[in-house]
Amino acid sequence: MSKIEEILSQKILILDGAMGTMLQEYKFTEEDFRGDRFKDWPTSLRGNNDLLSLTQPEAIAEIHRKYFLAGADIVETNTFSGTTIAMADYQMEELVYELNYESARIAKKVAEELTQENPEKPRFVAGAIGPTNKTASMSPDVNDPGFRAISFEELKTAYKQQSRALIDGGVDVLLVETVFDTLNAKAALFAIDELKEELNIDIPVMISGTITDASGRTLSGQTAEAFLISISHMDLLSVGFNCALGAKQLTPHLEVLAQKSRFGVSAYPNAGLPNAFGEYDQDAKEMAAQVKEYLEKGLVNILGGCCGTTPAHIKAIAEVAKDYPPRKIKNESEKVLS
Amino acid sequence: MGKTIIAEDASLENKRKKKELRPLKLSGLEPLIITPESNFVNVGERTNVAGSKKFLRLINEGKFEEALAIAREQVDGGAQIIDVNMDDGLIEGKEVMVKFLNLIVAEPDIARVPIMIDSSKWEIIEAGLQVVQGKCVVNSISLKEGEEEFIAQAKKVKRYGAAVIVMAFDEVGQADNFQRRIEIAQRSYDILTKQVKFPPEDIIFDLNIFPVATGMEEHRRNSIDFIDAVRWVKENLPHCSLSGGVSNVSFSFRGNNPVREAMHSVFLYHAIKAGMNIGIVNPALLDVYDNIPKDLLDHVEDVILDRRDDATERLLTFAEHVVGTERENKVDLSWREKPLQDRITHALVKGIDAYILEDIEIARQEAAQPIEVIEGHLMTGMNVVGDLFGSGKMFLPQVVKSARVMKKAVAYLLPYIEEAKAPQPPKGEQYWKTADPMLYGLMKDLAKKLRYNNPTHTETILWNCLSNKQLEGFKFRRQHIIGGYIADFVCLKERLIVEIDGLVHELPENKMKDEERTKWLKEHGFRVVRFTNDQVLSNLENVLQEIAQELQKAPPSGAGGAGKILLATVKGDVHDIGKNIVSVVLACNNYEIIDLGVMVPPEKIIETAKKENVDVIGLSGLITPSLDEMVFLAKEMQQQDFSVPLLIGGATTSKAHTAVKIDTQYKSAVVHVNDASRAVTVVGNLLKENTRRKYMDDLKEEYEVFRENFLKRGKVKDYLSIEDARENKFKIDWKNTNITKPNKAGIHVMEDFDIRKLEEFIDWTPFFRSWELHGKYPAILTDEVVGEQATILFKDAQLQLKKILDEKLLTAKAVYGIFPANTVDDDDIEIQYEDHSEEKKLRFRTLRQQTKKYKGKPNFALSDFIAPKETGIQDYIGCFCVTTGFGTQEMADQFEKDLDDYNSIMVKALSDRLAEAFAEYLHKQVRIDEWGYAPDENLSNEELIKETYKGIRPAPGYPACPDHLEKPSIWEVLKVEETIGVKLTDSLAMWPASSVSGYYFANPEARYFGVGKITEDQVKDFAERKEIPLETATKWLSPNIAD
Repeated sequence: MSKIEEILSQKILILDGAMGTMLQEYKFTEEDFRGDRFKDWPTSLRGNNDLLSLTQPEAIAEIHRKYFLAGADIVETNTFSGTTIAMADYQMEELVYELNYESARIAKKVAEELTQENPEKPRFVAGAIGPTNKTASMSPDVNDPGFRAISFEELKTAYKQQSRALIDGGVDVLLVETVFDTLNAKAALFAIDELKEELNIDIPVMISGTITDASGRTLSGQTAEAFLISISHMDLLSVGFNCALGAKQLTPHLEVLAQKSRFGVSAYPNAGLPNAFGEYDQDAKEMAAQVKEYLEKGLVNILGGCCGTTPAHIKAIAEVAKDYPPRKIKNESEKVLS
Repeated sequence: MGKTIIAEDASLENKRKKKELRPLKLSGLEPLIITPESNFVNVGERTNVAGSKKFLRLINEGKFEEALAIAREQVDGGAQIIDVNMDDGLIEGKEVMVKFLNLIVAEPDIARVPIMIDSSKWEIIEAGLQVVQGKCVVNSISLKEGEEEFIAQAKKVKRYGAAVIVMAFDEVGQADNFQRRIEIAQRSYDILTKQVKFPPEDIIFDLNIFPVATGMEEHRRNSIDFIDAVRWVKENLPHCSLSGGVSNVSFSFRGNNPVREAMHSVFLYHAIKAGMNIGIVNPALLDVYDNIPKDLLDHVEDVILDRRDDATERLLTFAEHVVGTERENKVDLSWREKPLQDRITHALVKGIDAYILEDIEIARQEAAQPIEVIEGHLMTGMNVVGDLFGSGKMFLPQVVKSARVMKKAVAYLLPYIEEAKAPQPPKGEQYWKTADPMLYGLMKDLAKKLRYNNPTHTETILWNCLSNKQLEGFKFRRQHIIGGYIADFVCLKERLIVEIDGLVHELPENKMKDEERTKWLKEHGFRVVRFTNDQVLSNLENVLQEIAQELQKAPPSGAGGAGKILLATVKGDVHDIGKNIVSVVLACNNYEIIDLGVMVPPEKIIETAKKENVDVIGLSGLITPSLDEMVFLAKEMQQQDFSVPLLIGGATTSKAHTAVKIDTQYKSAVVHVNDASRAVTVVGNLLKENTRRKYMDDLKEEYEVFRENFLKRGKVKDYLSIEDARENKFKIDWKNTNITKPNKAGIHVMEDFDIRKLEEFIDWTPFFRSWELHGKYPAILTDEVVGEQATILFKDAQLQLKKILDEKLLTAKAVYGIFPANTVDDDDIEIQYEDHSEEKKLRFRTLRQQTKKYKGKPNFALSDFIAPKETGIQDYIGCFCVTTGFGTQEMADQFEKDLDDYNSIMVKALSDRLAEAFAEYLHKQVRIDEWGYAPDENLSNEELIKETYKGIRPAPGYPACPDHLEKPSIWEVLKVEETIGVKLTDSLAMWPASSVSGYYFANPEARYFGVGKITEDQVKDFAERKEIPLETATKWLSPNIAD
């Protein structure tokens, strides 16, 4: 059993908050994004946040540190778009390995420093694997429902490459996140499973889907339980939901997972629902108050924040969570009928 | 976390494992969890090219849409998993599998169930697994090519996250006996669970179902070995499931469906008992086990269970005979040999009225009372009909035919019942009818004593006034035994009891008893009025008057009938097909129906409801203004303190409208009932004495929750102001638009049009829908579930139609005109027309979409399709009204008089179809000839239905122009009422109902769209343009105004 699995059964692990929200505060310009190395790159690079791991590594490290200091046990690498598929927008397919490897290294370094400062509270790094910007089970063209912009094989190859770089860079766990199309996630799981066999390693995997609206379904149409069933063929560290909804709106869906999942359950919602300008304005106190419901109901093992959350949010969440025991993970023997 | 068991007893380990609950979990968009308690899971098999010739043909022809429809029918028909197989020599299996699965995934109503990816080629299976997000079933893998390949495939299946069917097949061949089956199963199971670490609950064994009764000795045990092997696997290989393709077993009886169906049922019955929990079964080829005739069942079971050496020969011989009866079924009168009750039930279930009067007469002669034939024989039969309909085994057209038989029988009995009700001497049957036979002896003595020895003074006075039919001819009896009670006075015919309370009743103990007794009597359909001694002595006049008044009211329901239901199509609305169907179905379930017909004013509904003391009121409406009428009625009923439950139904009604607008007006229950079969359950719950209170409370709560959720639903839509919406209008390049001047301008009337020309223009799909049979014509005729009924219905419709056409029973008329027109002030269309040779102008007002659109998408109004005046280009618009409704009501009335609701509804449904066909026909004429903007058009009827033609014919009241208020303008221009006699009701519905009116737009850019919701500013603007008060505009447009 790895270290993180061990701790998971003892306490609620705190995940970090949003990377993008924090980066906005730096107000990086096109030049900042490019740095010296990419000053002649043919495409515009502003907005390619993953690239900042190469051009502004100090900022990334600083954000990780802030989250750890706020109380996070796990930070996510700055690799949400680190696949050849998502990087195609910037013509940076060739850089994918380096981006992921460096991002993992930066996070791992900060984690190790802080673990050393306080060995009682070991810090971990989750390699963030985003959904890419294409969906394998939906057509982007309403007039041609049978069309697909990406295939399982293409996704699998891209995910395998990203996962490999993250593992090489030293992440403790892989986090397949913001899953809006379960088929994409299955390709990622397929890739990871192959990789584990090839490298003969065992690395824990977390998966986090996203329920996109009040219908209670993923973008690709599955209910929470159908989603859970569709990804339960692998041994996972945790399954959960993030993004799209605020903490309050996420509760009923987490309840489904909490009741049916044989894995840990994670949740890292947005800071409320976006306002009319697309901004998240739920403050730390309010969000922590809503998250409390999860804790009282014993729904989660891992807690954090997504869009709009800051170290202040994570601090507030960690503060409430410390008084509660984690959700009990059903082991095999408890499933025996009396 | 694999744990090695060394010393532990293996069977003990198995027992422990068995206690563990590890259900097979699958998913599409929704979960499917199969536990040991689950019912048998039926896998839809029609999307299999090897199993369905039709599916193969569609795939071969590239008709994927229609192929999808088959998948949808499977799911709608109850398949919990659908099997997809593209293994055919002529098909590019892999490519087609991927294409079809991609299409299925895009249809949420299909993709909600898990998919079984079925192929003998691994590459096809893998390609399928790569395009489906849910947890699928792979069908199948086996040890056929050796362990290595088996393991490699199983590992991949696991990695893709699917369950798997494992065939009992190994390097040697297919398992064909018990021993081989269990050996291969055990070996496969061990490899999968131990080496591959495959979850045992995700394993489904297919132990090979082979044909029996082939005449070959070695096939004799094929089915029993399978069943025994299933049992063994269930016992010894924990958590796995068992499946198989059932139709194989009866292969040797191809062509003899009755025997095949029986074989499937018998086989499944035993296999399921042994542990088979999943199967590929064609539900159309499955008889109900309990329905298999005893002799056939015996012969089949002998074969399936291998019970006799000569089982096969015996079944073969017997089967010839089964085929024989099947063939003669058309004139098969063997049911006439059965006992009386069976004959009556048969006639009702099958809707055969040829012999019913004959049978009813026999029943009547046998019965003590004619009413017993209704309450006994007929109700027994109708209960069977009700159960079959309720469980989806009978369809609406069949039920309506049953009702026809029922009505005929009841009509025959009525005179006898009336006669039996006529006053008789106070002895004999009537006594028996009301008295409790157990208590009768005792009670009779007491009654006699009370009657002759002991009448109180007051009772004598009253009896003097009631005896000998003195009170308005009503027959009263004194000291009459009813159940376990003795009533002071009773009028049996009106079921009214009069009780005189002496002093003794004032004691609390006696009061309790009185209440109890009143309650019992009421439950048994009696009304009770009570007077005190004082009232009778001091004010006899008043007492008598009160009794007389009470007698005028209709007796309460509930005694013989289940309840009394008032049905009406509301004021201003003329559509009643749906309401009539509800009426027939409820009548079949023993409810008394008071059908007030169409265009019923609210006062009449309320008055009748009071007078008849009804239990439920049902309101129906098809056009939007009817919604307001219903709201008004609910308000009115509340004001008058009604508490009768209210049912709401009809095409424009919705649960949302009912919850938000109607339910809030009325304190008692309001239910939206969207189809006839639901009406029965709802009314049943509303009237059942012990559950009604709770049901009504639940309803109230349900609607409240629904209302709240509805009001705060989802994201608020963004609307543009009407000015901004106009800015974003649909722009046509008028300079480069070719406008065709009409060949024939002005107004034209077609009277007595040859209705036979319309037949080929009929769109049949909505016809089936009006009978609650769902599916597209002509595919519906061969549909697995409703195909048979659809075919029968269609045949009946053809007969009726032929009669209508040949005998010209309906009159078709039309009026139409094409006028110079231009758009003015954005949303108005100004036309020039002649009224008694005087040039006049008139404006059609159109409504514009106001929802905020994606960039580049315009906000449409119909006026966008006509050239604006400022372009200086002369454009044109047409309008029309067609009807085929003259004669419909007369025909329907005649059928109703003959107690034939089936044909009455049929005529109305056909007449509606003819009106639509006429509109289609006329539109074509206008396009090709009258206006002539598409002279070379050559479209098939199918293309017409799909609206592939150029130009549109939107109708007021429909999505592109949802306000009905423009209808009077069309009537004004065309003089519709004067020329062809079609009238507009208060709510602007057309009468006769089978009429269609609308506009013609010729511009090739013109298209159908929905106005959707509009906001206040447009309503105000509309009111100003139309010069009507804002309230009037708001009232008429209310269904379209955004909240």
